[in-house]
Amino acid sequence: MSDETIDDTDGTDVDAATEPEPEPKRTLTVTVDGRPFEAQPGSMVIDAAIAAGSYVPHFCYHPRMTPVGMCRQCFVEVDGPRGPMMVVSCMTPVAEGQVVRTDTPQVKRAQEGVLELLLVNHPLDCPVCDKGGECPLQDQAFSHGPGESRFVEQKRHWEKPIPISDLVFLDRERCIQCDRCTRFADEVAGDKLIHFISRGNDTQVMTFPDEPFSSYFSGNTVQICPVGALTASPYRFKARPWDLDQRASTCTTCSVGCRTVVQSTRDELVRYQGLDVESVNWGWLCDRGRFNFESIGSDDRLTTPLVRGESGLEPTSWTGALGAAARLVTEALESGGPRSIGILGGARGTNEDAFAWAALADALGVTLRDAQVGDGLPTEVLGLPRATITDAANAPTIVLLGPDLKEELPVLYLRLRDAAEKRRSRIVELSSVGTGLSRYAWKRFPYEPGLGAQAVSAALADPEVRDQLARGPVVVVAGRGNLAESQEVATATLASLLDGLTGAGASWSVLPALRRGNVVGALQLGMAPSEGAGGGLDVLRAAAEGRLELLVLVGSDPMADCPDTDLARRALAGARRIVAVDTFLTASSEQADVVLAAAAYGEKDGTTTNLEGRVSGVVAKVTATGTSRPDWMIATELGLALGHDLGFGSVDDVTDAIATRVPAYAGVTRTAVARNVEGVLTEAPLAFLPPASSSAGERNNYDYRLVVSRTLYDRAVGTATSPSLAHLAPGPAALVHPLDLELVGVSAGTEVQLVGARSSVVLPLHTDATVPRGTVRVRFQQGGGSVGELVDASTPIVDVRIERL
Amino acid sequence: MPRLTDANVTIAKEIIGRYPRPKSALIPILHLAQEQDGYVSEDAMRHIAELLGITPAEVYGTATFYEMFKFEPVGRYCINVCTNISCQLLGAWELLEHAEHHLGIKAGSTTDDGMFTIEDVECIAACTEAPALQVNYRYRYRVTHAEFDLLIADLRAGGLADEIPPHGTLARVRQRTPQNWADTGRTAQAEVDAR
Ligand code: SF4
Ligand code: SF4
Ligand code: FES
Ligand code: FES
Repeated sequence: MSDETIDDTDGTDVDAATEPEPEPKRTLTVTVDGRPFEAQPGSMVIDAAIAAGSYVPHFCYHPRMTPVGMCRQCFVEVDGPRGPMMVVSCMTPVAEGQVVRTDTPQVKRAQEGVLELLLVNHPLDCPVCDKGGECPLQDQAFSHGPGESRFVEQKRHWEKPIPISDLVFLDRERCIQCDRCTRFADEVAGDKLIHFISRGNDTQVMTFPDEPFSSYFSGNTVQICPVGALTASPYRFKARPWDLDQRASTCTTCSVGCRTVVQSTRDELVRYQGLDVESVNWGWLCDRGRFNFESIGSDDRLTTPLVRGESGLEPTSWTGALGAAARLVTEALESGGPRSIGILGGARGTNEDAFAWAALADALGVTLRDAQVGDGLPTEVLGLPRATITDAANAPTIVLLGPDLKEELPVLYLRLRDAAEKRRSRIVELSSVGTGLSRYAWKRFPYEPGLGAQAVSAALADPEVRDQLARGPVVVVAGRGNLAESQEVATATLASLLDGLTGAGASWSVLPALRRGNVVGALQLGMAPSEGAGGGLDVLRAAAEGRLELLVLVGSDPMADCPDTDLARRALAGARRIVAVDTFLTASSEQADVVLAAAAYGEKDGTTTNLEGRVSGVVAKVTATGTSRPDWMIATELGLALGHDLGFGSVDDVTDAIATRVPAYAGVTRTAVARNVEGVLTEAPLAFLPPASSSAGERNNYDYRLVVSRTLYDRAVGTATSPSLAHLAPGPAALVHPLDLELVGVSAGTEVQLVGARSSVVLPLHTDATVPRGTVRVRFQQGGGSVGELVDASTPIVDVRIERL
Repeated sequence: MPRLTDANVTIAKEIIGRYPRPKSALIPILHLAQEQDGYVSEDAMRHIAELLGITPAEVYGTATFYEMFKFEPVGRYCINVCTNISCQLLGAWELLEHAEHHLGIKAGSTTDDGMFTIEDVECIAACTEAPALQVNYRYRYRVTHAEFDLLIADLRAGGLADEIPPHGTLARVRQRTPQNWADTGRTAQAEVDAR
């Protein structure tokens, strides 16, 4: 079992860990099979041996987790004071002058012996096992096993695979008890929901009865299981490894931008695996990003462009649709000029998509544009001194002022959780409700929605916090924790925090926690609001007030994503014409006059920019659905139809144009992206936060202040159209403190009415002890009574009454 | 299924207070739960997880490692018949078979009246006195079939009540219980707070 960590109640360990240590730059010289090798101090013999080119078979060892020495497969011979001795190389640190041999007869015997024992109870059902063909046990039995077993007795039998969660199946007969999955759940994910139970011959991985392994990260255990004991339902029996074709790509489900390998068979995406890169995801993926490939092959995908006719949206040819779209643009330009056109979107596509649309907007003179719809922060946040994920995960102090990272940017949550657990960082959390990181926070400053500035003052006045800030770099993770709090208020709170940090002499940088896949890329590549033109909310307001002849939605779905549903509805109704570029018919695109079917993730090549500004490649792995086309191509063709040649003949032309025309992307050449598995970092030009004031009034005693926040699984289109994930959404609910539930006087689960200034919605009321009294938290985008009806983007905060029905 | 009683929660908190990390109190509190109900119920494990700030799966994983924790009700007397090598050579299998016949149950199960559970166990470190068995962990050596029958009759009649407490009993005299604190005028909570 792994060592547990001691609760950091007094913080002494952190102090010790953050003392400036003289960096031991030195390497250690070891000899591996007669060859000298420079090993990193602190690394294990197995690392050195493998890096030196001598493969050591192993099962339990995983470079991203604590070694445990469970499987004993990694024996090597090391010269000791009393001659050569056998050691498990995953538990033996390298030492100066160490002599390691991986190929002696003694080692060979040990490897064969251990393998024979591991196979004693193994069912050897490789022909019907999903892992067969890519199985470390199978491979190493061939390469390092004895070839024959002497075991003739009855093998151990268990019921064949049992579900341990909605997504993961466990076949205990195949398990070799390597402790990888259980260690992952404990050390990496912090969800200790699986454990070894029983002992001896009965030892098995198991959950507590009726408490499934419902971790957001469960898919990783399937990827790292060295046998076929863990399988994930979306991939079970879909393909054999030798029929898979794969390419390295990047997940664009959220802006963490985890590196992935996308795999397909017979032109169908069937699996994503995490790629281990040091700077981003360390090999991990969240389950939403891992399993939402299902949506790409969904039957609901748009296969052809649609144009509104007598009987609604009707399929048409691309020539017809592009012609119709071009006519709408021309009409709008003629009757209202470029200021009567608004373009929203870009955050869901590639850099090339956003850049081409921005180029088209430039050509047409359209200034009203944004990649966000009031659900993020002002673009200027990207121009603040920017931190990388690695900066954050190594900073002595991390200040969280934004969303629940576990729900919105899951792998960033893993990296920061690791920083706190390993005592590299102390987390100071400013938030209205508890988050996934709250239990790892060193200090929390909760605040009533709208009054974040008070929490900022409280935090900065805390002498311990001030001491802590002096310990070195401070990384602020900034985003929108509460969609019912206006962007103004969120910006003002952030500004007061940054001012305060400057005042306290802290050296700070900001990691923007904007959520949507390529929102940073879109904003950096021209889809940010032009100066003075106003942002996404202003575009929607202009449409709602009838000032827009044409609204273009490039993958943007204001009905779902704009926190203010009423504004989105009025905007779509008020825009005279709408052109939508989308992969699905959404609540927004179904209102369009022309819908241009877009190719989805996995169907198009290009690059994407993650929240750090890191650019990496995304690839086409399968043929685009129907006649759908990538957004950049649609922009280019629409440009041609309008007499503007954007000059893009291929996606490579767009990538090249970005590198030559956008200074921040000068280093982002195709070769650079192809060569660097870690991606290429960009920097946005320096900017200052726009002035913003926060003026939330006092709450009266009858009201509850509203917090609207996201959960990992919601009704977002990629999740809702992935059958394996769709039912994981927790569903609509309003959450209050248990004492407030008593005050309302209903039992948990009873439907109540939330009455706001402009509207009311009916939701079941539940308790959540992390919600402070006087606050009600509603999960965003869960279907049911849409909480967006209560949100007014023009007011700083939203107060509601909770009424019994 | 039962959670820990309030009195036991107080004791549990006192036990937790003895360790630098709450988690370390897991085993003693599992004993407490078993003493309360005769076995460790799922609800008790959930409750213990809450008290210790760990997950039920962790409680379950640790608890199931130990044979002495039972996860479903067992008889008032748990009879462990050793069938490891020394005992086996001296008739342990026959003894076990006899026990099964005599009580009308299979090893691993409990008589309908809830009096006896038979278990087939590995070496209990009484090899020199084989065949050996334990009743609620009290030894009986060189057991003949007749002696076994006599043992059962005595247990049924309550004749051995002094020597063999019912299954689950941790200690017949508790050194410090909430009752003791009450005698000394200290509250249990004060005892906990004092730590
Ligand atoms: S299920 Fe797989 S990862 Fe987990 S212990 Fe068994 S072999 Fe290892
Ligand atoms: S954390 Fe984000 S980028 Fe990474 S796998 Fe999940 S959704 Fe994809
Ligand atoms: S890899 Fe070293 S013991 Fe398993
Ligand atoms: S073999 Fe029975 S007690 Fe040792």
